[in-house]
Amino acid sequence: MLIIKILGSGCANCKRVEQIAHKVVSEMGVEAEIIKVTEYPDIMAYNIMSTPGLVVNEKVVSTGRIPTPAEVTTWVANALETA
Amino acid sequence: MLTIFVIAWLVAYNIIQPLANWIAYDLLSLPQGSHLGESLAFFFYDVPKILLLLSGMIFLISLLQTFIDTQKVRVMVEKRGEGIGNVMASLFGAITPFCSCSSVPLFIGFVQAGIPLGITFSFLITSPLMNEVAFVLLIGLFGWKVALLYLLSGITIGIISGLILGRMKLERFVEGFVYEIKPQSSGQVLEEKLTWKERVNRAAESTREIVGKVWLFVIVGIGIGAFIHGFVPQDALTGIMGKGAWWSVPVSVILGIPLYSNAAGIIPIVSAMLSKGASLGTALAFMMSVVGLSLPEAVILKRVLKTPLLVIFFAVIAVSIILTGYMFNWVL
Repeated sequence: MLIIKILGSGCANCKRVEQIAHKVVSEMGVEAEIIKVTEYPDIMAYNIMSTPGLVVNEKVVSTGRIPTPAEVTTWVANALETA
Repeated sequence: MLTIFVIAWLVAYNIIQPLANWIAYDLLSLPQGSHLGESLAFFFYDVPKILLLLSGMIFLISLLQTFIDTQKVRVMVEKRGEGIGNVMASLFGAITPFCSCSSVPLFIGFVQAGIPLGITFSFLITSPLMNEVAFVLLIGLFGWKVALLYLLSGITIGIISGLILGRMKLERFVEGFVYEIKPQSSGQVLEEKLTWKERVNRAAESTREIVGKVWLFVIVGIGIGAFIHGFVPQDALTGIMGKGAWWSVPVSVILGIPLYSNAAGIIPIVSAMLSKGASLGTALAFMMSVVGLSLPEAVILKRVLKTPLLVIFFAVIAVSIILTGYMFNWVL
């Protein structure tokens, strides 16, 4: 199963990324668990320097900006292929 | 596609002045020189002008920002010592896109790389102080010279405050967990190769995002500014915001602290106040305080900085802004 993590302390931008992730997953009909990572030690374990960050199956795919739904769809599809 | 936008932008930018005059004086047939006529002509000219400038300039700035990556900035600053390191950190702080929620990851990332605290602070001070929306509004309402003055003062404040904070040996006031975090693996770093098309798309997307967030504040701000422009008598503010009133600089800085979210709306108001006798140094200090000293950022930084350091951090920035205000009142 797909695991998507949103890295961010809970600011407006992080919430937008979370919404987009939910939307993409339900549109693609993929079974996925979406986890919010809000504690800094846990966020920094991914070695990122700007939030929000998006992690698909433990791979950091985007940091410091709000990705478009189309981009998220591509990342999810790629993760499904390699899985 | 992009060419069509550029042409449309240039055409629109050149017809708004005659159009604004036509609406105020011909369509609504208000007499030239009347309070209401002056206010409306000002409003109908400034709103489209500023919104056009905002969309155009923010797009260019966003495009520039697609080339800057905080990971690379960290690598470049890492090798420098005090002095040059502060200058570079402050310069990068000015152009890096910044969301206050990113200040903590950035802080931890810099500390992990062994970058001295003073250099990290140079970045953290300049970054929120140099807000792209504020910069564009200054170009549109105050002109290029004032906007550049603002940019240079912000960068200088970052360098000097960082140098001072670096000399104060404040490491013991950083929360302990910051030093204990170990990155999971170094192979995690995101490498992106972007094509020009992707850069343009990203810049367009972030322009839409930023302008979408501030346009209403800008219109309300210009509306209030237009009212001041037409109805408040000349020199009404000389006594309270002019060069002669020495206390006006610190008072404006303090007043600016709680107004963080409305930088977009405040700059047009300040620009109108300038024509009524307020002095430029006081006005600049006020705007820097609105943009750079924000309570939400203090709350976020509280997670990694102990209270004494947080207080010192904000005090040093506030004093630098006040001194900048005095300097401009004195020089100009």
